[in-house]
Amino acid sequence: MDFKLSSEHLMARTLFSEFAENEIKPYAAEVDETEEFPKGTVEKLQHYGFMGIPIPREFGGQGCDSLTYVMCVEEISKRCATTGVIVSAHTSLCCDPILKYGTPAQKEEFLKPLASGEKLGAFALTEPGAGTDAAGVATKAVLEGEEYVLNGSKIFITNGKEADIYIIFAMTDPSKGTKGISAFIVEKGAPGFTFGTKEKKMGIRGSSTYELIFRDCRIPRENMLGAEGKGFSIAMGTLDGGRIGIAAQALGIAEGALEATVAYVKQRKQFGRTIAQFQNTQFTMADLAAKVEAAKLLVYKAAYAKDTQKRYSVEAAMAKLFAAETAMEVTTKCVQLHGGYGYTREYAVERMMRDAKITEIYEGTSEVQRMVIAGSLLN
Amino acid sequence: MKEFSEYKGVYVFVQQVEGVIAPVSFELIGKAKELAKALNTSVFAVLCGYKVEALADELGEYGADTVVLIDDPALATYTTEPYAHAIHSAIEFFKPEIFLYGATTIGRDLAPRVSARVHTGLTADCTKLEIDAETGRLLMTRPAFGGNLMATIVCPDFRPQMATVRPGVMQKAEREEGRRARVLPFGVKFEKNDLYIEVLDVIKKMNESVDISQADILVSGGRGMGSKENFQMLYDLAEVLGGRVSASRAAVDAGWADKELQVGQTGKTVRPKLYIAVGISGAIQHIAGMEESDLIIAINRDETAPIFNIADYGVVGDLNKVVPMLTEKIRAMKEKQE
Amino acid sequence: MLNIVVCIKQVPDTNEVRLDPKTGTLIREGVPSIMNPDDKAGLEAALRIKDELGAVVRAVSMGPAQADAVLREALAMGADEAYLISDRAFGGADTWATSSTLAAAVSRLPHDIVFTGRQAIDGDTAQVGPQMAEHLGIPNVSYAEEIRVVGDSLIVKRQFESSYQVVRVKMPCLVTALTELNRPRYMTPGGIFSAYREKQVTVWTRPDVPVDDSNIGLKGSPTRVKESFPKPLKGKGEVVTMDAEAEADYLVAKLREKFVI
Repeated sequence: MDFKLSSEHLMARTLFSEFAENEIKPYAAEVDETEEFPKGTVEKLQHYGFMGIPIPREFGGQGCDSLTYVMCVEEISKRCATTGVIVSAHTSLCCDPILKYGTPAQKEEFLKPLASGEKLGAFALTEPGAGTDAAGVATKAVLEGEEYVLNGSKIFITNGKEADIYIIFAMTDPSKGTKGISAFIVEKGAPGFTFGTKEKKMGIRGSSTYELIFRDCRIPRENMLGAEGKGFSIAMGTLDGGRIGIAAQALGIAEGALEATVAYVKQRKQFGRTIAQFQNTQFTMADLAAKVEAAKLLVYKAAYAKDTQKRYSVEAAMAKLFAAETAMEVTTKCVQLHGGYGYTREYAVERMMRDAKITEIYEGTSEVQRMVIAGSLLN
Repeated sequence: MKEFSEYKGVYVFVQQVEGVIAPVSFELIGKAKELAKALNTSVFAVLCGYKVEALADELGEYGADTVVLIDDPALATYTTEPYAHAIHSAIEFFKPEIFLYGATTIGRDLAPRVSARVHTGLTADCTKLEIDAETGRLLMTRPAFGGNLMATIVCPDFRPQMATVRPGVMQKAEREEGRRARVLPFGVKFEKNDLYIEVLDVIKKMNESVDISQADILVSGGRGMGSKENFQMLYDLAEVLGGRVSASRAAVDAGWADKELQVGQTGKTVRPKLYIAVGISGAIQHIAGMEESDLIIAINRDETAPIFNIADYGVVGDLNKVVPMLTEKIRAMKEKQE
Repeated sequence: MLNIVVCIKQVPDTNEVRLDPKTGTLIREGVPSIMNPDDKAGLEAALRIKDELGAVVRAVSMGPAQADAVLREALAMGADEAYLISDRAFGGADTWATSSTLAAAVSRLPHDIVFTGRQAIDGDTAQVGPQMAEHLGIPNVSYAEEIRVVGDSLIVKRQFESSYQVVRVKMPCLVTALTELNRPRYMTPGGIFSAYREKQVTVWTRPDVPVDDSNIGLKGSPTRVKESFPKPLKGKGEVVTMDAEAEADYLVAKLREKFVI
């Protein structure tokens, strides 16, 4: 067993870190403040191939592996969690299922422009009545001739209004429960496809979280992704991968907060000493550093499992559970170490703490991750 | 050991552009005088250009004993090849013992080309030149490793011994009005070949560039300034002091100040009477460019910043508060004096 | 198709070098190695010509085995081939011997344009480019800020202290690049993988480089380092910590003491 990164992974990390430092960090506070989607940054990410890292080159991607991809999300999220989730939702939740379940024609038509950075992707499963219990999907798809007609709405959709291509889950046979759900590829501009309200969120405020509305939305029959009735298993399989992306996002947030706090405590003085010289600071930070390191190992291991194993649900669940809770703990304690300043927008830890919370919720709450892990453990 | 007795004289390349001699050329003549004295030889100024003979008098007044004048239309505007050919021809003919160039964009283009053609060594950006009393060799000391180390370089087996020296490092000799150099016209034949390039246009830089290396007082900003807007307070302080603003590489890289204002190993070397470093941590490569300043003041919020190791006076604190207050106090004081 | 050679050097990031405050010696440990910034600008210039007109870009570096990393970086940015000139026999070279070695290596490669950086941040001599051009018998233009290919020539905007020259130089030629020339592109993740997993760094040792023994390494170097020493540190002055107002007063007092104001 060897925990060393290969030369190419090391160089990729240097690239991500430099890129994020120069192109993302300067805008992080502004993206949060204005709640605006960082369009310019995403264009740069698209230009440099960051939006198709684990997708094979024949489909317009970079031909790298999952580990490279999670390092990218990690380094970006260290500076800006909004940008991190944009990359993650696009790659894990939109490119990945088309790669895994798409027909050659779908890959050509949809995956190529997504992975090469011409288009942005999104994934829509959640509905007002279907959150953790995804089986409650009420959006319907009815075949009429050569078209499916979609009716219903989706909420909390990342990249909502900005995406070009969406993976949509809808009931094709309500009598079959989860086995009646199918997946579809829907393009922006499809007749009957509109946007509802934009969510006002606590954190990751620039990620364009919208409601999607389908009213007699007609899409070509061949846009069904995978077989009819396979939607639920596609959604669950996709979320296994997505969780690794979110775990990487959480890891990045934790690392970013820790880094900022290391700098802060060395410089901030109270009672004539830097606060880094107090044992409370030292012990707190030692604990946080150890947890961040543990989270990192879990996240990297899950990425490795995704590339080498058929099933990696448990690895992904463990990585997400631990990284998300670590992010929440680290950011909360980092705000505490910053004292009053940490509660102000002057300091990035304030934003990071708000950003961290969502990682415990989306793409499966921490409770869902525990269910997945326990299910496998006590099976 | 090779025999070099036929190589004699300390030579200086005189850089002139449109009939104006660069200050560094006078600085080099000042140094050449010292070296020539130690070697018991004389100072030769090599003046290249077209219709530039009139400049010879000034060179004499600053200490040149002989002016080698290479006057030709091919040398009217500086381009590498005719100048390299001219200097190479002069070296072949006169066999100088030492040849010095200013480390200007021209000197740093010309000197290496000449060194490769002549097959001799060239030491860049020397900060100290002296003669080894024992061997008579030129000891050329320069910063190495980004200014972290000093290295003394010799060129034992080839002549001339060549060096470039940064502007502002050596001291000009006192000007002696009426002192005349012997003028020695030297004819060189120029034949165009593929090495010649064609000058299509010469563009003056727009803002009549502020040469920070000539300023007596510099107020310099670094990474700690935080933004371009914050540089305004440095301009305010510089104004009440009658100085100029300069910057560290970090500030220039961040786009807060022009490259022209950069002090340091990759920028300019300065030695003003007063250097105020504001929000500059003092990376070695920065220090290399300003440590010769007569008086150094540092303002930085990090008490461990290396700049404090070389500052005569340092204050640890918030530059956003200290600098405007300092400006106000000086302004108030000056108003009172008037 | 144009053939472009770009010379790059791996250098320690001198911005990251610090002095031990107690001993005054260099802390070299943990200083990252980077592609010399001016060289990177040269590489970017070459890649832009490639993007626009089509060209084969070959990156060449002279250095120890570790310099492989900067050549991989060049490949990941888009260079087509990479050559590492590496042999103990080349070690200890000054700029003269370095340039004669590099020129000999470059002479083996087709070259319409040779790019070098103006200078390396660890040496700052700015000599190797013009010296290489001399050894190769081609013209050089130093301090390039803008470059265009026009027919069989380059139009280069060349920087001086207070002016620019716009010059036409016939290819083959050598150009030394400034960081002001451009903003180098980032590598792509896929470029990095392909640089390590598909492309080659060709290593040339002594026999591969057609140059005389007398013109390489320490022996072929006209200059010698007589001695090197840490820069004598100026004595530490006075450092005070007070409130801002008191600090400003303190500085005013010192400036008056020194008759600056």
